[in-house]
Amino acid sequence: MDRNKVIEIIHLSYHYPDGTPALKDIDLKVYQHQSVAILGPNGAGKSTLLYHLNGTLMGEGKVTILGIPVEKNNLKEIRRRVGLVFQSPEDQLFCPTVFDDVAFGPLNMGLDGQGVRHRVTKALETVGLKGFEARSAHHLSEGEKKRVALATVLSMDSEILALDEPTDNLDPAGSRMLMERIQSIPQTKIIVTHHLPVAVDLCERAVLLYEGRKIEDLSMGDLLRDRVLLEKFGFDADYAQWMYSRRKG
Amino acid sequence: MKHAFLDHHSQTESPIHHLDARAKIIVFFTFILIGVSAPPTSLFLFGLLAIVLIGIALFARLPLGHLLKKVLVVLPFLLIVSISIPFMKKDGVGGGYNLGLGGLSLSRSGLWILWNVVIKSCLGVFSIILLSSTTSFPQLMKGMEKLGSPKIFTMLTSFMYRYSFILVDEMYRTKRARDSRSFGGRWFWQTKVFGQMIGTLFLRSFHRGERVYLAMLSRGYQGTMPEGTAGRLGWEEAVFLSLVPLLIFLRIYLIR
Repeated sequence: MDRNKVIEIIHLSYHYPDGTPALKDIDLKVYQHQSVAILGPNGAGKSTLLYHLNGTLMGEGKVTILGIPVEKNNLKEIRRRVGLVFQSPEDQLFCPTVFDDVAFGPLNMGLDGQGVRHRVTKALETVGLKGFEARSAHHLSEGEKKRVALATVLSMDSEILALDEPTDNLDPAGSRMLMERIQSIPQTKIIVTHHLPVAVDLCERAVLLYEGRKIEDLSMGDLLRDRVLLEKFGFDADYAQWMYSRRKG
Repeated sequence: MKHAFLDHHSQTESPIHHLDARAKIIVFFTFILIGVSAPPTSLFLFGLLAIVLIGIALFARLPLGHLLKKVLVVLPFLLIVSISIPFMKKDGVGGGYNLGLGGLSLSRSGLWILWNVVIKSCLGVFSIILLSSTTSFPQLMKGMEKLGSPKIFTMLTSFMYRYSFILVDEMYRTKRARDSRSFGGRWFWQTKVFGQMIGTLFLRSFHRGERVYLAMLSRGYQGTMPEGTAGRLGWEEAVFLSLVPLLIFLRIYLIR
């Protein structure tokens, strides 16, 4: 295994139960502390690829996380290492209180009461929601829900964070706040999004999917300068150019 | 979207609100048991129970008017079920009251049965409303769990509580979408649309259930919910729990 290689996907293909192909022969390597954006239009297979990282879905091919193959017998270990945040916080937050939701992962990992409380406090501090422990999820704003959803995996101290459309449904202020919190997290991050500005701010590498295939794997700078590729994926090339010059500046 | 929460007032600050949920569950259920087990003629005991419950409500800084209004909600249901009893019951001993309206008569023992049903239901509902107004839903579930309620029951109830708000939101959204594309029509067609709406809500809830399960698996769920940490019962809870032997003593002493 290469030093610092945390994710390795080889020849991964996946078909939905009705036979529709969702992923076709994907290869991907991600290294420690990298932030990788998975970009592509709706139905490109972005989320499907993300769900393979912790064995929520299992297709044909090989997925290895920190040297451990994603197989039925290893799922406990894999899920300890990959924190997956779903697109909708309503799916992620199923407990009666914020504390219970953030504590769910650490408790399942077998931590004792004090350890769990410490993890919950730390995770809520990281997302800027200290003091929200006793609140119920339905009392929170959409932005707060998204941040608690992030805290539910931060409390597991996973080496890899897999985020599905983290800024979806958020107003600009909420989106900015969440992005700042994500930027401050040092773990390896795989972020699925179809918003180029989100990808530019959070990631240094972009993987482009189209109809289940990996079309490109390049640095964010190279993507921002490639007008043909940007226009093929429906992104605003002039805006991308401006973002590139801002990054350089 | 804003909702009327089931545990309205449970976030108020008062010594009763701060008590451990276990103590409150035990005390309020004792109130219900004592009330239900008393014969309908024990007016003094009913009065005493009502006074103590009102005292607890005032001590918990709860608005009495709001609580009484909530109790009144059950009255129509009660009356529908029990209003006919005094007219149906034929008295053997004690007689009844002839109303002189086409042979209609009120039975004395029937009236006692009606009183029995109304007073016990009102006291029981008032106790439950006090419990839910002084204890947040999550605390209530934890309290029941610590008192030995099956984990599967509290887990399902918690999920139901958590997702009832989302289901109501979805229902309103679906209704709005229907209304914005509906231009009247006969009630028969509206019924069909209503049926389709229910079907859609069911399918959405079903799919959400699957996604929630995946989210649970992703955080290490292996079939059993993790145990939370148990709180400690202090002297405040002991003082509140002393109501239990007191109520049992009153029940035995007053009605022999």
